[in-house]
Amino acid sequence: MSDAIHVATRKGLFLLERGARGWAVARVSFLGDPVSMVLDDRRDGTLYAALALGHFGVKLHRSDDLGRSWSEVCAPAFPAAPEGAGDAPTVHQLWALAAGGPREAGALWAGTIPAALFRSADRGASWTLVRSLWDRPERKEWAGGGYDEPGLHSICVDPRDPRRLRCAISTGGVWASDDGGETWTPCGHGMYAEYMPPERRDDLNVQDVHRLAQCASSPDVLYVQHHNGTFRSTDGARTFTEITAIRPSKFGFAVAAHPADPRTAWFVPAVKDERRVPVDGRLVVARTRDGGESFEVLRDGLPQEHAYDLVYRHGLDVSDDGGRLVMGSTTGGLWISEDGGDRWQLLAARLPPIYQVAFGG
Amino acid sequence: MTPRRTVDRMPVVTFTRTLERHLAAPATRVAGATVREALDEVFRANPRLRSYVLDDQGRLRKHVVVFVDGELVADRDRLTDAVRPSSAVFVMQALSGG
Repeated sequence: MSDAIHVATRKGLFLLERGARGWAVARVSFLGDPVSMVLDDRRDGTLYAALALGHFGVKLHRSDDLGRSWSEVCAPAFPAAPEGAGDAPTVHQLWALAAGGPREAGALWAGTIPAALFRSADRGASWTLVRSLWDRPERKEWAGGGYDEPGLHSICVDPRDPRRLRCAISTGGVWASDDGGETWTPCGHGMYAEYMPPERRDDLNVQDVHRLAQCASSPDVLYVQHHNGTFRSTDGARTFTEITAIRPSKFGFAVAAHPADPRTAWFVPAVKDERRVPVDGRLVVARTRDGGESFEVLRDGLPQEHAYDLVYRHGLDVSDDGGRLVMGSTTGGLWISEDGGDRWQLLAARLPPIYQVAFGG
Repeated sequence: MTPRRTVDRMPVVTFTRTLERHLAAPATRVAGATVREALDEVFRANPRLRSYVLDDQGRLRKHVVVFVDGELVADRDRLTDAVRPSSAVFVMQALSGG
């Protein structure tokens, strides 16, 4: 069971460790800088932190000693566009970082705003734009979801075969590759977009997938928290079935899939669209243990009065063995559960706004 | 009057001190007749600095501004504004990005 938690926030990267007297902040890196993404690479223990500096752009740092020291490596960047190209892109934010397969030493995937996928073969020393996805004509219809430009926020690498990739875009649906990113197929039949005109409702390319989570031991099972609902796939994201039993609402950003039990997943429901706060000011987690047939609303230890904590799409994580959950909010609250969500413990009440939480290796 | 040394007749590029939290960016005398040429000269000696000032396409970052002798540069994309041998070039953070 992991005794370390990485917390990427609006003003720095925090490492919490569990010691003899419980959980405590053990280290702060990049204090004052927005840390949009952190990756603790289980293959070699490397820690990666992506910064989104307000003035000076996206930076990527790497640590070989769990954040005691950092070195700046290359950040993903778009190749120079031809002179005069009107919409020549620049990376605004790293929104996803994923390790390649167990035998692909040093291989990394990165998702960005604007929505693109990049690959590194050398632990971030260099990056290559995955042109096969960038050049898809459908990209012209991807749209901003929360930010001005679309973003690629979820990268699922199949533990059985790292060439099998599933990526999700707000807004641009779910994309699948079975050949390591050489070719891509839009997928996600069964999802619908109630914010679109009726004739475009079922269009795969307009789906606002807020987060895609894969079951590590049954990788064909994936859960989606979508703008207007929650969905589950049992066929590797080709098709999805709506989950309607979720309470207290079907809107939210985060979802975590139990690594060993494909029928268990956790969501953090909220009031949708213009408000984006917990329902009735009560922060809760919704858990299913039967593949979405039914849900329990978990609230023990979570604030139940005037709580306006929103949990962003990377703000919920489950440990590799499924035993622990961690959740961080826009209000800077951080909670852990050591019993699958039944009871929660406040670890920190006043961190900066939290973008991502991730268990360490 | 003694002739001035050549180095005194080259533009000086000075960077906002807030950059120093991230990397070294000392004021530098460089050759160059345009903002682009002057910055490129700085980046040749300090390659990591480039991505802090310019975006993926070589344009000024959205929240970075450059002054030449007190005037805001007009061409933020191609950086063609002229720089004279006596010019003072300041690379600053725009308050918009704060």
